[in-house]
Amino acid sequence: MTYYAYFVAGAVMLLGIAGLATSRNLVHAVVCLSVAQSATYILLIAVGYQSGAVAPIFGAQTGRDTPVVDPVVQALALTDIVVSAAVTSMLLALVVQMAKRRRVVDPDHLGPLEG
Amino acid sequence: MPSNAPTASLLAVLVVGLVLVAALLMSVGRFLPRRFADLAAMGAALAAGGGEVVMLPSALKDRLVYWMAGWEPSGGRTVGIALVGDGLSVGIALLAAVLMLAALTFSWRYFASDSTHFHGLMILFLAGMTGFVFAGDVFTMFVFFELMGVAAYALTGLKSEDPTALHGAINFGIVNSLAAYISLTGVALMYAHTGSLNLAALSVELSGDRSPLVAVTFVLVCTGFLVKGAVSPFHFWLDDAHAVAPSPVCVLFSGVMVELGLYGTARLYWAVFSDTGVASAGQVLFGALGVLTAAMGTVMCFLQRHIKRLLAYSTIAHMGVFMIALGSASGSALAGLAVYALGHAMVKGALFLLSGIILDRYGSVDEFTLQGRGRDAPWLGAAYLVAALALAGTPPFGVGLGKGLTEHALTDAGTVWATVLMIAVSAVTAGAVLRVGARIFLGLGPPPAGLEEAGMSGDEEKIEVSIGRDRVPLSMSGPVAALLGAGLVLGAAPGLSANAEAAAVQFMDRSGYVGAVLGGAVLPVSPAGTAGGWDAPSIVWGFVTATLALGLAAVAVYRHRVPAGARRVLAIAVPALRVLRRTHSGRAGDYVVWMVLGVAACGAVVLV
Repeated sequence: MTYYAYFVAGAVMLLGIAGLATSRNLVHAVVCLSVAQSATYILLIAVGYQSGAVAPIFGAQTGRDTPVVDPVVQALALTDIVVSAAVTSMLLALVVQMAKRRRVVDPDHLGPLEG
Repeated sequence: MPSNAPTASLLAVLVVGLVLVAALLMSVGRFLPRRFADLAAMGAALAAGGGEVVMLPSALKDRLVYWMAGWEPSGGRTVGIALVGDGLSVGIALLAAVLMLAALTFSWRYFASDSTHFHGLMILFLAGMTGFVFAGDVFTMFVFFELMGVAAYALTGLKSEDPTALHGAINFGIVNSLAAYISLTGVALMYAHTGSLNLAALSVELSGDRSPLVAVTFVLVCTGFLVKGAVSPFHFWLDDAHAVAPSPVCVLFSGVMVELGLYGTARLYWAVFSDTGVASAGQVLFGALGVLTAAMGTVMCFLQRHIKRLLAYSTIAHMGVFMIALGSASGSALAGLAVYALGHAMVKGALFLLSGIILDRYGSVDEFTLQGRGRDAPWLGAAYLVAALALAGTPPFGVGLGKGLTEHALTDAGTVWATVLMIAVSAVTAGAVLRVGARIFLGLGPPPAGLEEAGMSGDEEKIEVSIGRDRVPLSMSGPVAALLGAGLVLGAAPGLSANAEAAAVQFMDRSGYVGAVLGGAVLPVSPAGTAGGWDAPSIVWGFVTATLALGLAAVAVYRHRVPAGARRVLAIAVPALRVLRRTHSGRAGDYVVWMVLGVAACGAVVLV
């Protein structure tokens, strides 16, 4: 049961990579990149998960001995989401520019950048 | 470290200050006159460089450690974020600031547009690089790695009216970001295994650990850095990005950003993994990747006609050489490598700026279109040819000193083949640069034909400026002269190799790093060994390499005079070269496949 989340994370990462490798549309490729990144959210949250534990907010009901999930990985996942927003928006902006200039979003027809 | 606490707090001041200046420039830049943005950006780079000059001596003596917001470790457990500055990391940050200053000065007159996006992005880029070298934990490394990445993608696609620039930026962004996520997967697995993110704490937790999980995390975390370091088969994005990015940006890409990939790999290896089950396999891996990268970069370099693309492949070839030096795991090889990388940054920076001047003047960076056109600019040609010779390692340039020191160390370590390979790489890549110079500035040779001609042309480059300036402004020729002069001075600077040796010993000292960060007894760094300098073999081999480079350039230019028999032998290689060229397809999807294959192969090497 505990390995299930790790398995899902691996599968999502591989699906994202497979999508990137076979993509025929740049918007699709950028979204595949986001899919691959979602795998890291799943992995990070799975690392900190404890069965039966509550959110790491200490108050009236949550004392010293209450099991809580690991807040560090949650902070990492949150930072990761911010990074994702920056990267995805940057790449989509570049794709929009490309579509405007060349009216093409198929990576096979972009032109002379080879050799 | 109470004794140097004020100096250590400069680490945080620099990183945070640069981020704030970048944020300011990007948010209110549009309301400011362009010259103000120029001055603010140059001031920020200058201040960063000044701070690093202040820190460098004390960092070399004793590592600087700063805990953000005072979250210091207690009982060996770390929660806070540490910034760590040692000789090598402060030195690299200083190099980044110096190159940034040269690039910003160059762009004072280079860009015709009044946009201030460029300045904000450049300072954000510098902030990312500075944060990355000072980061003391793996997650902070990832964050700054991505910050520097996002700024770099935007700078690559700065000429958003040029589709090839957008194409290069998209390839760069997709490949590097995917690699960073693979790294993050490794970081998460490392945290799951140990419960730590801090490099020093990880080092303690993983010490002596021989489980396969450690090997897997090592390969995954290194993937991001190896991609940034343009190590074959992860290098494909680099030539696409360098060919289309504005020339002043290429100075930073080739001079320091790519080297940061290798820095990240080396930092992880020596701080965390050098006492685990992957220690020896890691060295084998570095050596093997280095040979592959050097060979790939060298061959592809000679086949180019687009000047910036040619220089990009020369950088890849040099990264291969640097990887081989890392793989030897000797302190003197690492010291030689530091000097070599420094000299290389100066000379390669000068060459990229010269290619910017060429583009500005003639409207193309194509070797064949420009044949003989450069005869009206003797100074430009002289600077270009001197830089090309310096790239070969001709004494007394810093490249030659670093190359000599590295070759010496590699020969002492018993790997004579590595020394031979280094000479071959330097001779062939510098030969290709000289060939371009001979065609453009001396007008030598007949119009070209054959395999070289089939390459990507440099005529498509969209112009960043109004072309055909009669005189090169001082703000553009000055940085070129300064970088070349710095390359020359580095070769003669007293104490450079001794300090590099001290920095290398400090860098490889795992227990010293752990002690400095987590507190506890710090053994003094053992005094540096026999710090070399110029000796007879390195001078002789430097001149031999330069002669070989000149010979290769002559053969390439006067190919039609080579006897037919010899030409037929060379023709056998043509189909293989065509296949090699076709692997650089310009499609991000293909590059992703290469990356996955590379990760699998690295995993196989480390696990078996």
